[in-house]
Parts: sequence; C-alpha cells; structure tokens
Amino acid sequence: MTPESDWQPTASLETLKLRADLLSKIRSYFQQQNVLEVETPAMSHAAVCDVHIECFSTKFKPVSRSVGQTVYLHTSPEYAMKRLLVAGSGDIYQVCKVFRNGEAGGRHNPEFSMLEWYRVGLDHHQLMDDVTGLLSHVCDFTELRRVSYQQLFEEHLGINPHRTATQQLIKLVKEKVDSELSGLERNALLELLFTHLIEPSLGWSAEGKLAGVYVYDFPASMAALSRVQLDTEGQQVASRFELFIDGVELANGYNELADAIEQEKRFKHDKAKRQELGFEVNPIDEHLLSALRVGLPDCAGVALGVDRLLMLLAGTHAIADVLAFDFAHS
Amino acid sequence: MASYSTNEFRSGLKVLLENEPCVILENEFVKPGKGQAFNRVKLRNLNSGRVWERTFKSGESLEAADVVDKEMEYLYTDGEFWHFMLTDGSYEQYAADQKAVGDTINWLKEQDVYEVTLYNNAPITVSPPNFVELEVVETDPGLKGDTAQGGSKPATLSTGAVVKVPLFINQGEILKIDTRTGEYVSRVSNK
Repeated sequence: MTPESDWQPTASLETLKLRADLLSKIRSYFQQQNVLEVETPAMSHAAVCDVHIECFSTKFKPVSRSVGQTVYLHTSPEYAMKRLLVAGSGDIYQVCKVFRNGEAGGRHNPEFSMLEWYRVGLDHHQLMDDVTGLLSHVCDFTELRRVSYQQLFEEHLGINPHRTATQQLIKLVKEKVDSELSGLERNALLELLFTHLIEPSLGWSAEGKLAGVYVYDFPASMAALSRVQLDTEGQQVASRFELFIDGVELANGYNELADAIEQEKRFKHDKAKRQELGFEVNPIDEHLLSALRVGLPDCAGVALGVDRLLMLLAGTHAIADVLAFDFAHS
Repeated sequence: MASYSTNEFRSGLKVLLENEPCVILENEFVKPGKGQAFNRVKLRNLNSGRVWERTFKSGESLEAADVVDKEMEYLYTDGEFWHFMLTDGSYEQYAADQKAVGDTINWLKEQDVYEVTLYNNAPITVSPPNFVELEVVETDPGLKGDTAQGGSKPATLSTGAVVKVPLFINQGEILKIDTRTGEYVSRVSNK
C-alpha cells in the first residue's frame, strides 16, 4: 500500500458485514439461553499478573493536576466478571475489546475482540457442549473430537507430558523444533512441542465450514485460573480446555478456581516469577481476592477470540483482513 | 554492525545466522494465549541456497549481514573466475567463482546484465533475469512447414546449455528462454 491509500480499511466491506452478522448471532444465542449480557471496565486499577501477558498502562490525572495514578487496560474481563458472579449475577457473557502489549503480527493484534462467558453449575466438560452449541448457532460447525493433552502427546510424540523428565523434553525440542533453543522452562518446552508438532493437525476449515478439536486436562503447571484435579490415572491436571480449528487456538475454557487462598498463592507466585524475569510487576487485584473469599459459585468460563473466528470463516491467516483497521493503520 | 530483533524481522532482511549470510523469507509470531512468545522464521542461506526453518524466543536478535544486490554486466571468463562490471558507470569490476555463478553459467551472455549478490563486498550469487535470449549453435535441421505439430528435439545454445525446442527450430536462430524453468519460450528472430 502506498502512504496515500493508507487511510483505507484493511478488511473488505463483506468481512465487516460478516462481523456484524456474527455479533448479532452471538447475542441471539445467549438471549435464547437466558445468559445476561454485561459490561465491565476496560480500565482498571489492578492488572493481571500472568507471567507472559503484558498490559498497557496509562495515567489517570485529576483535572488540572500534572501527576496521575497508573491504571491498566484489561487483557481479559475475567476478574471483573467473577466479581459479578460472586455478587449473584448468574450466567453472564460479554463481548469486548481487550488489550495485550507487544502482540502484533499475523494472527495477533494488540487490541482484539473477545467473547467471554460464564455458566454457573457447569464444569469444563459441560461447557464444551455449550461452546459447540454456540458455534453451531453462529456458523456451520462440527465437533470432531475431545482429547486429553496427554493423549495427544502420546499419539504425536510417544511421551507422557506430565511425567516425562524435563531433560527429555529439552532433547525433543532441540531435535524437532530448533537445536539452538536453550534456557527454556518446562511449560515453554511443552508449548513449543505443542505449537510446532501437534497444533497444526487439529481441526480444519473450508469454505465457511469449521471443524474443531477440544483438548482438555492440561498440565497442572499451566492451570492459570482453573482448578487442579486428579484425572482417571491419579495424575494432577488443570481442569481446562482449548478449542482448535484448522490449527488455530480459538477458545480457552476453565473450570474456575474458587479457592481464594490458592488464587492468592498463584498471584504471588506469578508476581515473583515476573520479578525474577525482570518484567514489570503490577498490583494484584485485591477486589477479586476479596470476592473469592466471599465465595465464587461453582462455574466454568471460556474466552473465545471473535477475530480469530472471523478469520476462520473468511478463510484468512491475517487478522488485519477481518479488522476495519489493523494496528498498523489505527 | 547493526542487529535486528525478532520484531523487526521481515521478508527480504539480510542477517547472519551461524556465521552464514541469510535472507529472511517468512516470519511468524507464535504465542499460546498464556504462554511465552516465539518467532518461527524461514530463511534462505545465501551461500548454500538451502532454506532453514528456525524458531527464536521473541526479543532475540540477529546481526545484520553486509549483503547487497547489484546490477552488473557480464564481461568474460578466464576459466577460473567470471568477471562482472557495475552498470552504475563506476566501471568497478568483480570476479565471481564457480560456486557463486552456479547454474547461472547456463545463461551467461557477454554484455547482458545480471544481479550479483555481494557479501562483505565479494560475489556470493549471480542471478539471471527471468528471460534470456541465446543463439542455437547446434541442432538437427529444422523440418520445413512443421510449425504446428508437437514434438521436440534438443538444441545446444551458445552458452553450452541444452534445451528442448520445437522441431522447426534451426541452427543460428535466437531463442527466448525462461531461466526459472530452463524451457524454450519462443523464437526471437531469424539470423
């Protein structure tokens, strides 16, 4: 594109109509299901402390004052929505823009649209049924398979991801991903093996038809905000799932951790990790911890990338093709 | 020497990897939702022509390679080196060895212009234009009137390259050849 034509949208008008149509179908599904649409702040006094998610921050300055207070743009509406659940909202959903610093290029844009919803009384397996229900309502979707993280590693690499020694994972990564990679932690090693050797084969899309594979029971070290439970073999696993279509990570769901003490422990662990890695350390969300101490109802929640769903429906690998204006043209 | 971080990687960028000059072909940002970020990069090793697929931690950097592409006119060969001259009027000359000339040897014609890639100011590859025009120095006599029929025969060109040509082609004719496929395209003129 020449600078003279840089003002133009990066998505076609046809794709913009596809987006509008998708949003209205999402809303009609949740209306049918009696799930309440909510809005929570995009700007917050606290931030996520995920080790590998970077926030945008800005300053709130009272009028006529030059100094201000640091506030953060949300990277997901999760914390605020859980506070609503504790307050008795029942099933809720939200479609909103979320912001992640540093993530640009290909499938990534630093601001993107997320659909996040929570179902009270469901676990993550029942929530997979709900995700399939939603996708079948908004497009031509087929669920191909539900498979555990362990099963996939056994099928593709012949190893048990929970029990294989880290040394062996390092050897596999050097052999199959890149011989020069070093200094990686166990989770990063597993993720590399997953993204390079397993993910590309999960699901497919063609001419607006989508077929997906759910992967569940992740390693306990990747639990984030999900519960850790024992699987049928007595192995500790994270009660999480991810949905893949055509090798694209589309949705990430949790059987939500309700234990305030465990949650605080994980926050502090992540915070310490960020400190150790030299990343910026942000304030922990005390409101969430206070709410969890009151008691989160048993629930499962999932976040789905709306732009990624549009990419799959439009048959493109570039997020710019489904955004009115991508980051480079914003 | 300057260096480039993974977030500056784009196709066409010339970098040094394991002391070999490479050109970046593709750069994909890979990041699981909650996981660490990586870049999957495809590069062509400019010395060997081989394509490498590598994965870097996002934020890592590679040194820039002193690689430039220059238009040069082919002058002559002394048997060991092939001599080229810059077309910018500087009359500066460079000698490329057999490895740098590679398969382009089949399409080298004096006074034609080629793209010469210089690494640390020495030629590492010589690329021909997509089409060259070369004379047939040897082929079986043409079949008169047989311009529509199929069938082909070998013809030796002035460079020594042998290409398949239609039966009606005669010795001394100039042919247009596609250097990417090594195939005959058309007859240019009768000499």
